[in-house]
Parts: sequence; C-alpha cells; structure tokens
Amino acid sequence: MSDLIERFLAGERRALSRILTRVENGTPEGREYLRQLYPRSGRAHTIGVTGSAGSGKSSLTGALAAELRKRGHEVGIIAVDPSSPFTQGAILGDRIRMQDLVLDPGVFVRSMASRGALGGLAPTIDDVVAVMDAFGFPYVFVETVGAGQDEVEIAGTALTTVLVNNPGTGDDIQALKAGIIEIADVLVVNKADRPGADVLVSQLRALLSLAPSEGREVPILSTVATTGDGVPELVDAIDEHRAWLDSSGELEKHRRQEARHQVLSVAQRILLDRIRRGTSEETLGELVAQVAGRDLDPHTAAEQLVEQGELV
Amino acid sequence: MTASPETSAQGETGQKIRVLIAKPGLDGHDRGAKIVARALRDGGCEVIYTGIRQTPQMIAEAALQEDVDVVGLSILSGAHLELFPRIVEELRSRGLDDVILFCGGIIPEEDTDALEAMGFSAIFRPGTNTRDIVSFVYDNASSE
Repeated sequence: MSDLIERFLAGERRALSRILTRVENGTPEGREYLRQLYPRSGRAHTIGVTGSAGSGKSSLTGALAAELRKRGHEVGIIAVDPSSPFTQGAILGDRIRMQDLVLDPGVFVRSMASRGALGGLAPTIDDVVAVMDAFGFPYVFVETVGAGQDEVEIAGTALTTVLVNNPGTGDDIQALKAGIIEIADVLVVNKADRPGADVLVSQLRALLSLAPSEGREVPILSTVATTGDGVPELVDAIDEHRAWLDSSGELEKHRRQEARHQVLSVAQRILLDRIRRGTSEETLGELVAQVAGRDLDPHTAAEQLVEQGELV
Repeated sequence: MTASPETSAQGETGQKIRVLIAKPGLDGHDRGAKIVARALRDGGCEVIYTGIRQTPQMIAEAALQEDVDVVGLSILSGAHLELFPRIVEELRSRGLDDVILFCGGIIPEEDTDALEAMGFSAIFRPGTNTRDIVSFVYDNASSE
C-alpha cells in the first residue's frame, strides 16, 4: 500500500487533499487510489445543493455545515464553479462564503472547476465524492455551478437534492416547467426575508400538489442563509429524507441507478479516448472540413470516425 | 471566438495548475488581487480566490485543502514583513514545503532580499504586466 493511502487512512488531511487532486485529474495514479478506496465509500449522506447563480447555494451550504458541526458531525464540502469554455481556466470563489468554517478541523472544503462538463458538475465529480466519503465524513455536500432549468445530474450524484429558490425570480409559469424542480427532494426558499417569499412558497406548494406523489411529500422550507434562520429545520428535513430513503427501499434503487450511470458514463469516456487515439489529426480534419462544408452530415462523419478509430 | 472543440458533454480530465490568490491583513483593496486572479484564469489556471482579510492560518489551511501548486499574496497595507513570515510558517507546519510563492502590491525595493530569503520566488509591483505573472506561474509550477 502506498504511503499516501496509509496517511489517508490515518486521517491526514494533506493526504486526502493530494489524493483528491489525482482522482480529479483522472491520472493512472488517481485511478489506482480510487480502486483502493472505493470499497470504503457508501457510508456518507451525500447532499446536493443546486439552484441558480446567486441564489445563495454557497452561503446556505456553509450554514448547513455550521449547524451540523453544532450537532457534532464532521462535514466535507465539494463546491463546483464553472471553467471558461475558451481558456479552460476558472475562478473558484465559493470558499469566500464559508469563511467561518476554514479553521474548523471538522470541515474540509474543496473547490472544483467544471472543466467543460454539462449538467452543473465536473467530469470526475462522482470519484471525488467517493474519496471524501471514504475519508469518513458522515455528511458530504456537493454544491453545483449556478444551475438553470435542466442541470439535473446532481440528483444522481447525491442521495438528497436540495433545490434553492429565491423570491422575485419569475412567475408561476417558470415553476410549472419541467426539469430541475422535479429532482428536488427538499425545496428551499432562501433570502426569505425579501418581498415575495410567501407568494413563492405558496406557488411551489401548489405546483407540488399537481405532481404525482411517490409516497413522500417534498417539504418546502424558508431560510435566510446569512443569519441562519430556518437552517436547523432544513438540516432536520435533510435527515428525514435520508431516513425515508433507508426505510422505503429507495436507497438501494438510487445506488443501483447511479452505479449503472457511472459505469456507462466512464465507458463512454474510455471509448471516446480510444477513438481519439486511433484517429490521426488529418483524418479528423478531413471529416470536419466535409461536415463544415455541408458535404457530409455529422452522423455519417461520426460513424466513419468510430469505424476508423476502432481499427487501430 | 468559439469554445474549444475538445469540450465534450462529459468535459475533460487532465492536469491543471491550481493557484490560491489571497489577501492577508486588514486592507480591503482587492482590485489588484482580482485582476491577477482573472489574468491567471484567462491563462488557463484554476484560481481559488478567498476574499479579503485572511489570517495566516486561513490562507495556509485553504492552500492545504485545495492542494494548490502556487500561492500568490496581495498586500497594500505595509504589513508584509509582519504577516508573510507567519504565512510561510503556517504553510510549512502543514507540510506544504513545495508550494511556489509570489507576492504583489506596495512592497518597497529594500524588502526584496528579506522576502526572497523567506521563499518568495517573485515580487510583482504596481505597473506589472499581468502577462509576466502568468508566465511566472507557468515557468515555475509543475502541475502534478
């Protein structure tokens, strides 16, 4: 066993941090660490916090972590911010909202860049979550990038998905649309001290009353993350959802679905890598030029690419 | 300008230089720090920005949790000879011996030797071209 794994198992945060980097980067070393640590994961309650940019996800995550610390639990936080589509660089600023937690040895905050992944997360998010889980945090939060209407990947990554809404951000037609609202296990109206909060709560309640019931009512909670109002109640609601998952058999279902998704998604990445390695830049360039010139459609070009790539 | 053709729905894995930009001490003038953070972002780095009024412990702890390759400190209050040694000490006590250090802000020429002795590889003063800072980071950081 490598020295780093030993230090990780002994609870050394520096070792956790270094392993997270390698696993995030998907290096061969990182894959080996994941292989060894994966059997130790699966114990944490993973909680996704999603919502639009500026809705208060970071502040709320910080407030939830502070409340859990009061209750004696250790907390891991993974905060995702977007990468630039042009330079692939990123500014990761979610920590700014979690200053009070920085020096708490029971909290570990890691920022991740989205690195081009769609869905509000990052390419290796599930691997990074598994490492945090294996380290022994009973609660692991995953904060998505500012999500719009269709960033629903978080519902697979996390056992409990918290959707953060704000008053004054659209009429009830917005809430009627399909998408992100359907994945919420717990709905939050944050910045509830602002005008329109009560209206939003009743709109959300009306909307939920139309949704097919699956034996569990989605709770709607009002919070003010910056003062901590409503946060203890939100922690209770998150814990209640976990208890429901355990008792209803939904937990096993979720785990199987997520495992299936991960295996297929990694297989997709491996295949794409193989095709890329098996294709010369010239071949790719020719196909691309034909598609751009409308001489070939993208589907035919892709089929040719796959056939050629697999030969090598 | 278009997005990289390599960007797929799943995104890209690979190695990135990670930089912590921090503002120790009590002055709240963070425009310089933000400009440097933005320049490094545009240079392709992943930049963790922690905001103003960071204590030496907070900076070192953030550097540890984020596993950064480089720490850049911005200071305009004149307290650098007070604060920087404590930051270096906090980093070392956490085993972060191999982090590249640079600093910027209002830092008199006569302090250069003292800062270099502490382990700072570069000092960027007002008027620096941000391209020089990006080049410095790429020349000195080997992202693992």
